[in-house]
Amino acid sequence: MRRLGIAEALREGIRQEMARDERVFCIGEDIAIPGGWGGAFTVTLGLEKDFPDRMINTPIAENGFMGVACGAALMGLRPIADVQYSDFLFCAMDQVCNNVAKMRYMSGGKLTVPMVIRAPVGVTGRGSQHAQNMETFFMPLQGIKIVCPATAYDALGLLRTAVRSDDPVMIFEHKLLYGSKGARAEGGAIDASSDIPDDDYIIPLGQAVVRKEGKDVTIIGTLLMMHRALQAAEQLEKEGISAEVIDPRCLVPFDWETVGNSITKTGRVITVEESPKRSGIGAEIMAVILEKYSDCLKSPARRIAAANVVVPFSPPLEKFYLPQVDDIVKATMEIVQHTTTNA
Amino acid sequence: MSMKRYSQEFLLEMYRKMVLIRQFEERVKFLFLEGIMPGTIHQCQGQEASAAGVCMALSKDDVITSTHRPHGHALAKGVSLQSMMDELFGKITGCSKGKGGSMHIGDLDKGMITAVAIVGGNIPLATGVGLAFKMRKEKRVAVSFMGDGATNEGAFHEAVNMGAIWNLPVVYVVENNLYGASTPVEMVVKTERISERASIYKMPGVTVDGNNPIAVYEAAQEAVDRARSGRGPSLLELMTYRITGHSRRDPALYQPKAERQKAKEKEPVGRFKKYLLEKEKVKESELDRIDTLIEEEIEKAVEQAQKAPFPQPEDALEDMFVEAI
Repeated sequence: MRRLGIAEALREGIRQEMARDERVFCIGEDIAIPGGWGGAFTVTLGLEKDFPDRMINTPIAENGFMGVACGAALMGLRPIADVQYSDFLFCAMDQVCNNVAKMRYMSGGKLTVPMVIRAPVGVTGRGSQHAQNMETFFMPLQGIKIVCPATAYDALGLLRTAVRSDDPVMIFEHKLLYGSKGARAEGGAIDASSDIPDDDYIIPLGQAVVRKEGKDVTIIGTLLMMHRALQAAEQLEKEGISAEVIDPRCLVPFDWETVGNSITKTGRVITVEESPKRSGIGAEIMAVILEKYSDCLKSPARRIAAANVVVPFSPPLEKFYLPQVDDIVKATMEIVQHTTTNA
Repeated sequence: MSMKRYSQEFLLEMYRKMVLIRQFEERVKFLFLEGIMPGTIHQCQGQEASAAGVCMALSKDDVITSTHRPHGHALAKGVSLQSMMDELFGKITGCSKGKGGSMHIGDLDKGMITAVAIVGGNIPLATGVGLAFKMRKEKRVAVSFMGDGATNEGAFHEAVNMGAIWNLPVVYVVENNLYGASTPVEMVVKTERISERASIYKMPGVTVDGNNPIAVYEAAQEAVDRARSGRGPSLLELMTYRITGHSRRDPALYQPKAERQKAKEKEPVGRFKKYLLEKEKVKESELDRIDTLIEEEIEKAVEQAQKAPFPQPEDALEDMFVEAI
């Protein structure tokens, strides 16, 4: 058992997977430059010492190297392709959306693309273009699975599953949860470290986890927003409201069973996300809840999301843009009181 | 056509591939115009020598990536005629089980990745195939076919640069048919030859007569040998001409009549036939026999494809993932 942060856990996982399977290799910008940073957030730091031939440093060419990784995956290798900031995925949209996601289907299931794409997300004082939670953009894309680990334990278990999967998997990692150290440490970081067992555990895709049990309201959030939801739940406890916090961990596939069971129990639901509200993750979750579980709802559902604007820079603007713990607390109290008032 | 001597077997195989492509395309065009075949088509009449000449230089284990205009490449690489015809008809027996269509045919067992219909999108894949071959120390070669238009895409430059810096076993084949859809190449490319672009990536780049299958073969052979022996990638520019529309019912009014007429006189199938008869002393009856056999083969394929079953509607839900969600 060891205590590791997300960046360390991912590094350990990649190291183990590369040692276990010689088809696994890493490809991306600045991932393995001696004296460099191991990608933008230290995840691949030092791996070039162990695997000098399987850490492929690329030119700054996101579309190109995503396609290169896809081509290698079609030949049976298992690339882990890494962009420094998830926003850069826009440069790679053609390869990710038209090739990585579609090659299997277009070939009638004859081709496989066993590929992992890793991408850091989150609003972190870098303005508009190093800030987006790009998982929202890939939710409607058919042909890719989407993972969002909020703890080091989950990051390692889900990474192992993703690398061993024969399907393309995107892992969105949060900059404030990495626990990156030294020059790459992040201001405002949150401790997402875990006790990591020594065994080769895996976490299947599509299994949510109940982070805190409760009976009055279900709060659903991933990544940083899961941590904020937990903080909010603690405050709500003091107000006499028992909130259940669910971390889906995967957006595709999505664990509707765990969410459905919780809503059936609590009769109230709130989603929390770091992206703008319009057509966001909450929109999708709420739409399914309306279709499947509307009979269970005792009060109006509520989406807590970022404002429908571009991510701003200045600290007070950024704070306003992002959902805060107090926003979750306030919204929860409102919908709980709504039911009480109307009872 | 060439100072080198080739066996009659080799020459006839080259001829067979070219005629197969021409007849396939002509038959498909008829079926499409008659409304018998669904979808859309991008055809390669006039460009048969590039597909045949390049693929004659490849082994079965080498892998090609192709474009929205993939029929010729597929036939030349050995994808089965029947599986292609079935795919074009949208049948479950097609090479992509009816999920791909004309622009997404392929068969990795024959060394062709399912074709990519976004211009330039297949080029990084070929670089990646080459990277896999190099990492696994396999003596195999990747080929990316593309049109002249693709060389203005960022994907081209990103992929060719990576092929160059990592010294990968890849051959980038530009079929320059003078038009990107309807846009003349000189409107969108400043250099006289697209092969000049190879020099900035420090790789050999040559321009050859793409309507001469032997010239194509010899240039491809040199590039393939170079790639296979670990000396890195090359770029071939094959000058050719599309003597049909860009797609569907395109009458190609942007091609000046005189230019088109001249191109038809230089079209590769008739020209190669003439060469075989006059210079290689092949008997006309031998070539007629090949033509007839292919004609019969295609008729049979059309008949069988029309009889083949469509997928079940709910088959649309299959083949998304290895592990279904």
